[in-house]
Amino acid sequence: MTTTHVLADTAVLTGRTLRHVTRSIDTIVTTAVTPIAMLLLFVYVLGGAIRTGSESYVTYLLPGILVITIASGVAYTAFRLFTDVKSGMFERFQSMPIARSGALWAHVLTSLVANLISLALVVGVALLIGFRSGADVLAWLAVVGILVVLTLALTWVAVIAGLTASSVEGASAFSYPLIFVPFISSAFVPTESMPGPVRWFAENQPVTSIVDTIRALLAQEPVGTDIVVALAWCVGVLLVAQLAAMATYRRRAA
Amino acid sequence: MSPERKKVVHAVERTAAAGGGRSTSARPADGPAIRVADLHKAYGDHAVLRGVDLEVARGSIVALLGSNGAGKTTLVRILATLLRADAGTAVVHGFDVATQAAQVRGSFSLTGQFAAVDEILSGRENLVLVARLRHQDDPAAVADELLTRFGLTEAAARRVATYSGGMRRRLDIAMSLIGDPPVIFLDEPTTGLDPEARVEVWQSVRRLAEGGTTVLLTTQYLEEAEQLADRIAILHEGRIIADGTLAELKRLLPPARVEYVEKQPTLEEVFLAVVGNGTTHGTTHDGAPRAATDPTGTTSPRRS
Repeated sequence: MTTTHVLADTAVLTGRTLRHVTRSIDTIVTTAVTPIAMLLLFVYVLGGAIRTGSESYVTYLLPGILVITIASGVAYTAFRLFTDVKSGMFERFQSMPIARSGALWAHVLTSLVANLISLALVVGVALLIGFRSGADVLAWLAVVGILVVLTLALTWVAVIAGLTASSVEGASAFSYPLIFVPFISSAFVPTESMPGPVRWFAENQPVTSIVDTIRALLAQEPVGTDIVVALAWCVGVLLVAQLAAMATYRRRAA
Repeated sequence: MSPERKKVVHAVERTAAAGGGRSTSARPADGPAIRVADLHKAYGDHAVLRGVDLEVARGSIVALLGSNGAGKTTLVRILATLLRADAGTAVVHGFDVATQAAQVRGSFSLTGQFAAVDEILSGRENLVLVARLRHQDDPAAVADELLTRFGLTEAAARRVATYSGGMRRRLDIAMSLIGDPPVIFLDEPTTGLDPEARVEVWQSVRRLAEGGTTVLLTTQYLEEAEQLADRIAILHEGRIIADGTLAELKRLLPPARVEYVEKQPTLEEVFLAVVGNGTTHGTTHDGAPRAATDPTGTTSPRRS
């Protein structure tokens, strides 16, 4: 099997899953709706009472909302993969003379595209309600880069869920803690206001370093060591989740 | 040699001739299309296959008969490189499933127990997808040809989610034919289908064999094996306990006595006659697919 075939086959399979996304555009919208509702709730209802030390709460809040958007978006990846496994499409592909990893990569790449669209929708709404950033192209590229790595990391976690789940609910249930974890971080309020152990957890969990890095990039402030910690978390989760997903995949195929 | 015995030989020669004149993409290897020797597979303590031996001649239809849980699907999954055997050898189209999995996958198509079709795509898109993955020169033309052949042209642009069970199955089989694989595995192709849809599937399978494709099909319906197969292998408690033509298997029992019994139509025959399906006539009165499998030896010539 040649490399060209591997790439061409993966492209064909990715085209298929992307068509699934475009035919149920509501999945992208629902992915974006919950974070947008949270954004509005915190900016217009709760945010007035939150002191962040920055002049605009929506600007403070947006990075955390973007993380939540990805966490809820990858649930659909697990769902799509689960559907393929259940319907037998996955076995059809596995029994054909094509690269076996292609079927997985198609879902991963589709997840990336779908999440980037959802993220763009959320940023659009944030702009409408007063989010502003003077960040230059390089800083924006860095933000997109971090979000891409985070999406890939969580997508591979979703792949494990999609391959191992025994029900539709099970396939997407893994994302609930992912959506909740940003609440115990610097995403909504500064960690200084939290009591000891909670504060310790908040300051040492990955979301805080990711959110702080994106916030600093958008505010044109120095990112410090946060970006190293953030990338280390993302790449670490990405590698471990991918290895675990591939092992799960091979065990299924054995 | 008895008259029916002669017919058996004749039928085998005919299918062999059909197979020989066929141009296949994969290079034709010598020997049988499928060869399984002393195959073992256990799930934990539960031994499913306990030394399976089976040979399937090129261009023939072999039915693997067995009750639920006999291990039919396990055997097919091993042949389809989806499952590894614990011991023994399995060779498809001259390639070993354990050591030459990629070449094996280039030699067969699998139609699994449940129609593996993409519900969100249309029928045509499903066919084009598989044609692309099998690197066909003109995927659209391949799709259109199969849509016509399987009577799906009208429904081609509709989402598969709206298809009936029989239509899904036909699409599923059509997808398996792309790339002209020399061997096809059909795992319980008619389970869960209504009688009309089952007749549709049978016709598709017969057309396949006419084109020279080797077909290994599993079924728990005795009638299906009788209708379709050149040879029948019975899988029971992890072993092939009988293997032969229908006539040969029938000889395992005491010889038939002549009795006069009023023949009542079966409910299936009534159903098919009442709904007036065009295929009814062909199945109930002329349905014996091969002269060879007709025990009476008085069957009318096969129409195709």
